[in-house]
Amino acid sequence: MTEKNMIAGRTGDWEVVIGLEVHAQVISEAKLFSGADTSFGAEPNEQVSLVDAAMPGMLPVINKKAIEQAVRTGLGIKAQINRFSVFDRKNYFYPDLPQGYQISQFSDPIVGTGEIIIDMEDGESRTVGITRIHLEQDAGKSVHDMDPSSTYVDLNRSGVALMEIVSEPDLRSADEAAAYLTKLRAIVRYLGTCDGNMEQGSMRCDANVSVRKLGDELGTRCEIKNVNSIRFAAQAIEYEARRQIEVIEDGGTIEQQTRLFDSNKGVTRSMRSKEEAHDYRYFPDPDLLPVNLSEDFVEEIRRSLPELPDDKKQRFVDDLGLSGYDADVLVAERATAEYFEQAADGQDAKTVANWVTSDLFGYLNKEGLEITESPVAAGQLGALVGLISDGTISGRIARDVFAEMCATSKDPADVVEEKGLKQVSDTGELETIVDEAIAKGTAQVEQYKSGNEKIIGWFVGQVMQATKGQANPQMVNEILRKKLSE
Amino acid sequence: MAALTDLTIAEAQAGLEKGEFSSKEITKAHISAIEEARELNAYVTETPERALADAEASDKRRAAGDVGALDGLPIAIKDLFCTKGVQSTASSHMLEGFVPPYESTVSGKLVDAGMVMLGKTNLDEFAMGSSNETSYFGPVINPWKRNSDDQPLVPGGSSGGSAAAVAARLCLAATGTDTGGSIRQPASFCGIVGMKPTYGRCSRWGIVAFASSLDQAGPMTRTVRDAAIMLQSMVGFDPKDTTSAEVPVPDFQAVLGQDIKGLKIGIPSEYRVEGTDPEILALWDQGIKWLEDAGAEAVEVSLPRTKYALPAYYIIAPAEASSNLARYDGMRYGLREDGDSLAEVYENTRAAGFGNEVRRRILMGTYVLSAGYYDAYYIKAQKVRKLIADEFSAAFEAVDAILTPAVPSAAFAHKEKSDDLLGMYLNDVMTVPASLAGLPGISVPAGLSSDGLPLGLQLITKAFDEETLFRVADVLEQSAGFTAQPGQKG
Repeated sequence: MTEKNMIAGRTGDWEVVIGLEVHAQVISEAKLFSGADTSFGAEPNEQVSLVDAAMPGMLPVINKKAIEQAVRTGLGIKAQINRFSVFDRKNYFYPDLPQGYQISQFSDPIVGTGEIIIDMEDGESRTVGITRIHLEQDAGKSVHDMDPSSTYVDLNRSGVALMEIVSEPDLRSADEAAAYLTKLRAIVRYLGTCDGNMEQGSMRCDANVSVRKLGDELGTRCEIKNVNSIRFAAQAIEYEARRQIEVIEDGGTIEQQTRLFDSNKGVTRSMRSKEEAHDYRYFPDPDLLPVNLSEDFVEEIRRSLPELPDDKKQRFVDDLGLSGYDADVLVAERATAEYFEQAADGQDAKTVANWVTSDLFGYLNKEGLEITESPVAAGQLGALVGLISDGTISGRIARDVFAEMCATSKDPADVVEEKGLKQVSDTGELETIVDEAIAKGTAQVEQYKSGNEKIIGWFVGQVMQATKGQANPQMVNEILRKKLSE
Repeated sequence: MAALTDLTIAEAQAGLEKGEFSSKEITKAHISAIEEARELNAYVTETPERALADAEASDKRRAAGDVGALDGLPIAIKDLFCTKGVQSTASSHMLEGFVPPYESTVSGKLVDAGMVMLGKTNLDEFAMGSSNETSYFGPVINPWKRNSDDQPLVPGGSSGGSAAAVAARLCLAATGTDTGGSIRQPASFCGIVGMKPTYGRCSRWGIVAFASSLDQAGPMTRTVRDAAIMLQSMVGFDPKDTTSAEVPVPDFQAVLGQDIKGLKIGIPSEYRVEGTDPEILALWDQGIKWLEDAGAEAVEVSLPRTKYALPAYYIIAPAEASSNLARYDGMRYGLREDGDSLAEVYENTRAAGFGNEVRRRILMGTYVLSAGYYDAYYIKAQKVRKLIADEFSAAFEAVDAILTPAVPSAAFAHKEKSDDLLGMYLNDVMTVPASLAGLPGISVPAGLSSDGLPLGLQLITKAFDEETLFRVADVLEQSAGFTAQPGQKG
């Protein structure tokens, strides 16, 4: 049998070794070295300053907000913050790179080693090492399909601040890589340092993949560039690992390469080999002084950090009594956690957790909505749970009320009022209805008395039918047991 | 009264103030001078209409009693500064016809101070050169001639057009930029004052970059006082250039006329570079004597790493240049030569757009930054640079200023050194050390060679001590009493 996380080949089991480089667009109001706007969806070349277009004599000025966000991200992954860091030039020619170099950080990045805990489906957790985070400029975009003979260039992205978050080669499967990306995205969203929207290009991933027999030295790696969804990253890694195993098992060797993932065909393809690799001629950018951060600057950011998913999960389990699984689900996205906490404010947290993870998620999934688009506001869901807790409605009726809330966004109390769904909890009224049911079911009474306690369900059914489901089920049970035992 | 073109800035200011002449009159005099001296090729672009409009506006301001520090003074701008609406070429085919939609910080400050812009002066292409022979728009001719022959001489470089224009009375003053000596060396060749302030005094924003860690703007004038006046309107922290310094700006003129009694003047023996003209060494000795006579004390200082400065400079400057000039790719502005592939467009554009010297430096810079050579060249050169700066710092513990020759020779003839690359690079041997250390330096015309050519002496002080620099330079200027003028003037 193949070990967990191993891929079975013809010659035995193979271990996949994965390191990820994630490019995360920094939420920074302006570009890394120019004041140009960075909002998504502008017309081509509308967000280009003289600096971004690399006009003669233009100079970069560091956007302090971007520095702050990189530090915040570093602190969020418990990383070492380098109080001294340097911006370097990475030199190469391309039409979407106006300066002829990208300003990046090479030997002295702003953030050093840190860690991210990933949570697997089976409930296990693993710690993945982070090598570094550095800041760099994005390039512009080449558009090849507007004209058969020309390439157009859109410089809106030119100079946009990116954090490159580099992991250690600690990941061992496509699933782990996906869990890592999911967790990293959650963390940056919690921190507010990147919106994590991969489909808009705010987060992109390069995957370094190699395979080896367990215990062997690391194999030669291939780098898959610019994958723009978590699902594609997992697919690309899985494909690439199997491709490499096949090559080796067929007697070949892996050539160090840069590859691209074709999401239509689900395959990776060679982009360039090591021989074609650039000599980037990194050197410190003489236009920019080294970045020196004061301890106060770093500490102030540390003090302003929000509660992050790992801590939040622990609190949900310890203080609110949620299961580890529910807590994981609720903290996975900042928006979900915020919704839950707002809904659970003053209510029974476990009940609220159930409603969020089952009914609400069910509805949102069905409708293809994000939690931020939920027709039922967090406070409304909390109020609904409140109506159950105080006995105004039963859990069953609550589901009808919830459906109505989804359709109309109305407050649960209004739905109950309008539809007359208030639970019948009046003892006198319920006793009369129970008496009627007992009078009707003489045979069932006999069965009950001869020991078939399950038959009580028949009586409950009768009462619910008579009250259109609005009878307080707990009271109905109590009254029935009392009367049937008389 | 002297001809309007012969005035110093200080004299012209006084004349304008007293109403002896208008800005329009002094501007017209300069425009005529420029027209008459076109064979010097000092200007790449003349802007007479702009100058007259500037002058008229200045005269109106003066009538209204609202004048700036340089109001109405005809000044030339080195064509390395981007000037809004006026072609800015860096003397390269690559940028021929490039009209920036923005104004460099320094030229903008001069505009704000009320200057009248006469035009853009010629320079070595992208400021790379020491003779102004690498300009795409042709060499500049030095208005000075030697006694022994009638050969056209180079004005030095890279600010050769500015130096020639100031010397030939084609402007009252001009801006220059200095990377390894590009203000001080041509100033010496043309018998004018050339001042490079401390790195960071002036903003580099809008100046076409050659070597970012060295480039610095400065004034080129006919007197030390003029240099102080002009520098005052050029300096200041600029949030758009993070390497510009947030330091207080003193009143540079305030120190002029102060004596130098008791000041210690460092004399570094290492500047007795082999191959230096004995006349220059004699002039240096004379300079020492002048300063001693004025009450200063000459002190031997040792700067043993001086000999490594030039090699380090010719690694660092080309390295930065190779990257700074990557943006000239034919994609967005400037020259574009088409080709069948992207690589061909790059190759054709850059082959056609850059001259030999620029290409040579791009190649050298690319080489020293490339994998496997970076540590041996670039990193080592940076270490040398640090040692040289440390050496100067140590010297300035003991002395207030350092006096050296500005150049190893007087102006040479056109093409005389074209095939002697090292000889050409040696022109910067006296000026490069202060550049590497980021220190202020000034070249003051101090005498004539036996062949009738001007020779300058250089003063260097510690960083941001331009006050001492001007104070000593002023005394040196008084002592030298240099009044000779070039034979060929506008």
